[in-house]
Amino acid sequence: MTGTLRTRRGIFLAHAVLIIIGFFLIYPVLWMVFGSFKPTNEIFSSASFWPRHWTLANYPQGWNAIPGLPFGTFILHSLLVSCLVSVGTVLSSAIVAFGFARFTFRGKSILFGIMMITMMLPTQVTLIPQYAMFHYLGWINTYYPLIVPAFFGSPFFIFLIVQFIRGLPKELDEAAKIDGCNAFTLFVRVILPLIVPALITTAIFSFIWCWDDFFSQLIYLNSAQKFTVPLGLESLANAVAQEEWGPLFAMSTVSLIPLFLIFFFLQKYVVRGIATTGLRG
Amino acid sequence: MTSPRTGPGAPPGHSGKRGDSVAVATTTSASAKARAEAGKAVRPRNEKVAYLFLSPWMFGLLVFSLGPILVSLYLSFTNYNLLQPPKWIGLQNYVHMFTQSQLFATSLVDTLEYILISVPIKMIVALAIALLLSLEVKGIGVYRTVYYVPSLIGTSVAVAYLWQQMFGPDGLINKGLALVGIHGPNWLAEPRTALFTLAMLQAWQFGSAMMIFVAGLKQIPESLYEAAIVDGAGRLYRFFRITLPMLSPVIFFNLIMSIINGFTQFTQGYIVTDGGPLNATLFFALYLYEEAFNFQNMGYASALAWFLLVLVGVLTFLVFKFGSRYVYYES
Repeated sequence: MTGTLRTRRGIFLAHAVLIIIGFFLIYPVLWMVFGSFKPTNEIFSSASFWPRHWTLANYPQGWNAIPGLPFGTFILHSLLVSCLVSVGTVLSSAIVAFGFARFTFRGKSILFGIMMITMMLPTQVTLIPQYAMFHYLGWINTYYPLIVPAFFGSPFFIFLIVQFIRGLPKELDEAAKIDGCNAFTLFVRVILPLIVPALITTAIFSFIWCWDDFFSQLIYLNSAQKFTVPLGLESLANAVAQEEWGPLFAMSTVSLIPLFLIFFFLQKYVVRGIATTGLRG
Repeated sequence: MTSPRTGPGAPPGHSGKRGDSVAVATTTSASAKARAEAGKAVRPRNEKVAYLFLSPWMFGLLVFSLGPILVSLYLSFTNYNLLQPPKWIGLQNYVHMFTQSQLFATSLVDTLEYILISVPIKMIVALAIALLLSLEVKGIGVYRTVYYVPSLIGTSVAVAYLWQQMFGPDGLINKGLALVGIHGPNWLAEPRTALFTLAMLQAWQFGSAMMIFVAGLKQIPESLYEAAIVDGAGRLYRFFRITLPMLSPVIFFNLIMSIINGFTQFTQGYIVTDGGPLNATLFFALYLYEEAFNFQNMGYASALAWFLLVLVGVLTFLVFKFGSRYVYYES
């Protein structure tokens, strides 16, 4: 009797703690999203996230804040770059992962070790020679430096997909070989359809990381006509008057919509990705 | 094909080490010999096919990783501004970095302070929430979703501006403090509080560490706890004698990843505080960026990059040496 009471109280307490912490944790996000529907002076007059006077004026104001460059332009650019990066990462990482997971060859353990180490490599370490290389190629202020490297495999995702392929029974390969499959048809007809969940995880994370990435885009893009969402937000913050938070909150909210959509509709793939590889978020 | 592969459960660094002969020897089925012969006959061509599959990554490795790392080692001994060819100056960049540059020391101290404040908070909160979630209360999925949202959006420019507003003189935080009668400081204008503000932004994103802890907690055998309960062990005893030791590789992994992550932070310091006030938030990555792209000191920035490489190399070595037991394999 006392035992059940204690656990019941324990569960109630756990819920209470989880809800309170969750509320404080998410409050900044509510503050921003609902703040985008407040007149700017109200953002500074109250700590409540709920608007007293609803307004939609921040959205057109933020959307058109930079003359000649509506915010939609930045969104299109970001979608273009992020989608291509996502496609390139999925294709190349799947191919390389298959090579690591299903073949024996000399130097395999060394190569795999090198790949694991490069997983930890910060962008800054290779930054300057890469920048110089793209400079000599005439690629500065184009999307190529952001997109092209994605087509040569990304260690994080190669590792993730290798793990996934290793979980598939080896007998599949044998059976496929008996049916006359060679390595390429085995990969395309047998393995690829089976690793779709891992490919979706890869697509999601490479998209999100590219969408959020400010550093590379800041370095490689310098004319406003080419700007992506993160750079567009920065220009917007500089263009609107100091303390004009309404329009900035509005476009910030817009800039996060793709991430929220992906996360809420494809959540199980996100969770799998983090649990499998310890992805940095 | 009898190509050996290490089974699930082997740490990544050691895969494939067993070599061909062992794997062939362990194949015990009746057709082993025939298959081994077939394997032998096909292997040379097969090996080429393997390299064909690896070729995109190998090309990328040379052109985007190993090549640039070596080139930046060379550049670190030169004076280079992208427009003129690099000029050899020996160890001058390193001498400047370690003995003359005040900003280098400042950026290291800022980054370390930032890590020392944010990482412990992040780890403790992540572990505490993961333990609460492991109670298997109802609606765990909803909590996990909500707690992961900050990690999902935390590195974006949008959130950086949000933080700037929240911690402004009339921002959300001071409005909240005013409700309980506290007059809050101008968070971003004071060196101390500015660094703290950014550390909080980092700690706010504890969601991924939490999820890794949740996965790690699931790996601890239930039987250990049952045995301990039979022996009359209390809750605290079980936590310190079972949960913590069993989880230590995961904690270690999370810790090192967070430290490496700290050294690469850029967006927050650039947008929220622009390195200020008085260089209090001049993080290492931000300092490197300014030297390379504001002052065109590409040679010196390469020396900074190599310093970062050695540092990350040591930390990565530690992960593989002591943390390799942690890799969660999902079948």
